[in-house]
Amino acid sequence: MSRELHTFPGGLQMPTYKALSDQEMSILQPIPERLFLPLQQHIGIASEPTVKIGDKVLKGQIIARANGYVSVPMHASTSGKIVDIGDYPVPHPSELKAPCIVIEADGEDRLFDIKPTHEYHSVDPKLLQELIKECGIIGLGGAGFPAHVKLNEGVENSVDTLIINGVECEPYITCDDRLIQEKANYIVAGTRMIRHAVQAKHCVIAVEDDMPAAYAELEKLIDDDIELLKIPTRYPAGGEKQLIQVLTGMEVPSGGLPIHVGVVIHNVATAAAVYRAVTRGEPVISRYVTVTGMVDKPRNLQVLLGTRVKDCIEACNFDVDENCQMILGGPMMGMHVSNPHVPVIKTTNCILVQENTPRPPEMPCIRCGYCADVCPVKLLPQQLYWHAKTDNMEASQQYHIFDCIECGCCSYVCPSNIPLVQYYRYSKSKIAAEERRRDGADHAHVRFLKRNSRLGKKLENKKQEQQVLGNTDSTENKQDYIAAALERTRLKREESKTQSRKPSTNDKDA
Amino acid sequence: MHKYFISSPHRHDGSSVRHLMLSVCFALIPGLLTYIWFFGWGIVIQCLLAVGFALAAEYLALRLRKRPVTFFLKDGSAVLTGLLFALSISPFSPWYISFFGILVAILFAKHIYGGLGQNLFNPAMVGYVFVLLCFPADMTNWPLTITQPPAISTYFTYIFTTPENLIDGISGATALDQMKTQLGSMGMVSEIKLEPAFGQYGGAGWEWIACAYLFGGLALTILGLIRWHIPVAVLLAIFLFSLFFHLYDSDIYPSPLFHIFSGGTILCAFFIATDPVSASTSAKGKILYGGLIGVLCFSIRTWGSYPDGIAFAILVANACVPLIDHYTRPRVLGEFK
Repeated sequence: MSRELHTFPGGLQMPTYKALSDQEMSILQPIPERLFLPLQQHIGIASEPTVKIGDKVLKGQIIARANGYVSVPMHASTSGKIVDIGDYPVPHPSELKAPCIVIEADGEDRLFDIKPTHEYHSVDPKLLQELIKECGIIGLGGAGFPAHVKLNEGVENSVDTLIINGVECEPYITCDDRLIQEKANYIVAGTRMIRHAVQAKHCVIAVEDDMPAAYAELEKLIDDDIELLKIPTRYPAGGEKQLIQVLTGMEVPSGGLPIHVGVVIHNVATAAAVYRAVTRGEPVISRYVTVTGMVDKPRNLQVLLGTRVKDCIEACNFDVDENCQMILGGPMMGMHVSNPHVPVIKTTNCILVQENTPRPPEMPCIRCGYCADVCPVKLLPQQLYWHAKTDNMEASQQYHIFDCIECGCCSYVCPSNIPLVQYYRYSKSKIAAEERRRDGADHAHVRFLKRNSRLGKKLENKKQEQQVLGNTDSTENKQDYIAAALERTRLKREESKTQSRKPSTNDKDA
Repeated sequence: MHKYFISSPHRHDGSSVRHLMLSVCFALIPGLLTYIWFFGWGIVIQCLLAVGFALAAEYLALRLRKRPVTFFLKDGSAVLTGLLFALSISPFSPWYISFFGILVAILFAKHIYGGLGQNLFNPAMVGYVFVLLCFPADMTNWPLTITQPPAISTYFTYIFTTPENLIDGISGATALDQMKTQLGSMGMVSEIKLEPAFGQYGGAGWEWIACAYLFGGLALTILGLIRWHIPVAVLLAIFLFSLFFHLYDSDIYPSPLFHIFSGGTILCAFFIATDPVSASTSAKGKILYGGLIGVLCFSIRTWGSYPDGIAFAILVANACVPLIDHYTRPRVLGEFK
């Protein structure tokens, strides 16, 4: 059965530079002396350490547990000793430090006693999800959303299509390509497991048409149960919503999730991780990382999580200096890091080293509309830019700022060299902050109203009490009551007078 | 602003405003060469004058507004405004036409609104309308092609001195102008077209210049520097409207081809109406905007008091752009109404 392919609007044809790194077999990156494992490697709530400084841990042992539903545990990448739990540089655009667990490797790489094979066909999907969560599996394509949450959405809704995303649309990155070529059996088996977990009617593995070797490897392994498709190479075809549109012709509703059109979508690396987790109980402790750009030997490495970026670059015969910049991820959506000591984490798919070229100066927008032509979501980037610049957050939302996937196509073609995506991030974070503030204010307002009503009730009770008093007692009693009150205040006043005198005399004495 | 690509994307396709503006200028070259072929070097003098004034005015405005001068002078937008203005006026126009026109275009239409990218109206057209209203007599004197092109010295006389007597036989009203006045005095289209100012379809000589503009404009479209929507909408609107009236009464309504190949129709459709700053941005909006220009242009030519309605049509359409943009917002992916 072959599926009719659709297209998505906009997008870019651009040089891919994939040949730099997709030719050679990936190599194992040696265990470093120290591993730095950030507690937050996924979208959601950071994990919570379960080990203390000085503890000995084994490879694959849980060292931090999931903290809530949208969270995953974290495992030791190798055996060794916990030497510190504290703030270290992490891959984050703010370049701030964040909590990490630091393991000093003992070099023995002794494996934790992990549970062996599951016969997944007989396993309840719920149990499978739990296993996937326990193994710390998140979206390994780059977004890092905990995988079990997506699977659960699939269990709770009826899933028409499961898509396994091998469309690596960003230039330079070849880690998925290499993974497919080297571990196609993992991916195909993992795909079947995910399919079982979400009970999908159809199942598609999609790769780009410029990945013939990967396609051939997969083709050998699949049966009729899985459709294998080549889709035209165009950035950002690998975006979740874009790929769904290409494969099914359906649009994910604005502000909605793939499940709203009956689709669950996972990356090929996630599928491979699921296979490992289910059949061997192996957690996510290493990943394929493309090291490319101006390094001497661009290639893919199998890196233990927590290994520093610097070590990976050095493994490709290159030393970072001031003339180059490091990007984690691809050139279009990747994150610039200036500190080479940040660790590789679950979502680090690529380390791109490129020349530090000065950015051409920003010119005023001339409304040429090229940005709108390439926008895969059909936004009006020039309007969004304008509203970001004038801080008009209401208009930004009317122009669907939150549907922007930050693919960067608009900035790429802008003749005025406006860093549009940066403006959109500004708008988004400003709106989010504003909403938090408003929520806080609403919360305070509700509390204020409640307090008022409480006080009002008290007052009313008092009034009623007094009324009761007034009703039962005669005027005489009232007079007595007033007299008693006057007497009380008189006494109080005298008391305070004597008290206030005392300190003054003390003062004089002093 | 960071000096380097700190925020993604970390790449750029290398395009620039300067490249865009200068490409449009280059696309005018075939038209300019044909112009020179038919009417001599006067247009070159006009272009040099207008571009010179435009750069000077831009310099002045940038200095007054305390903006980086060389940075913005290099963007090429002033050069393009100058060129478009020069191509809109007669090559016989005295120098002060350029001077005042460009002054209004750059200072008032462009920089008072905030400079590059901020102007509501097309600067060249504002300048043109200004001189059209202030110096109407100087704007009606166009070269004719019955003899060989006027000598460069003749142009110098016309542009830089005020000649006592106009030289007979080299200048006159344009085809559109003659069509308008003679239709007004009960002439018939077929008779009027026998006048020497008329060529096969449009004005004699002018129709070939229009073809050359068309060539440059198509090149811009194919290179993707302008989108097809506006030119097609302008030309289609003029074509359809004039066709309708021409079929209704061909004695008083000239043919669609006359409308397209005379006056500034092609220049407007490909080079002036497509000025991105003052045009609509969405595909649907561009079609509406272009269509509006076409309809207005035809209406002004046919029932208005100016022989060529391009400039007015563009300015009115410019004023409608915010409204058009508001109502033609494309449906965002995943937005269902």
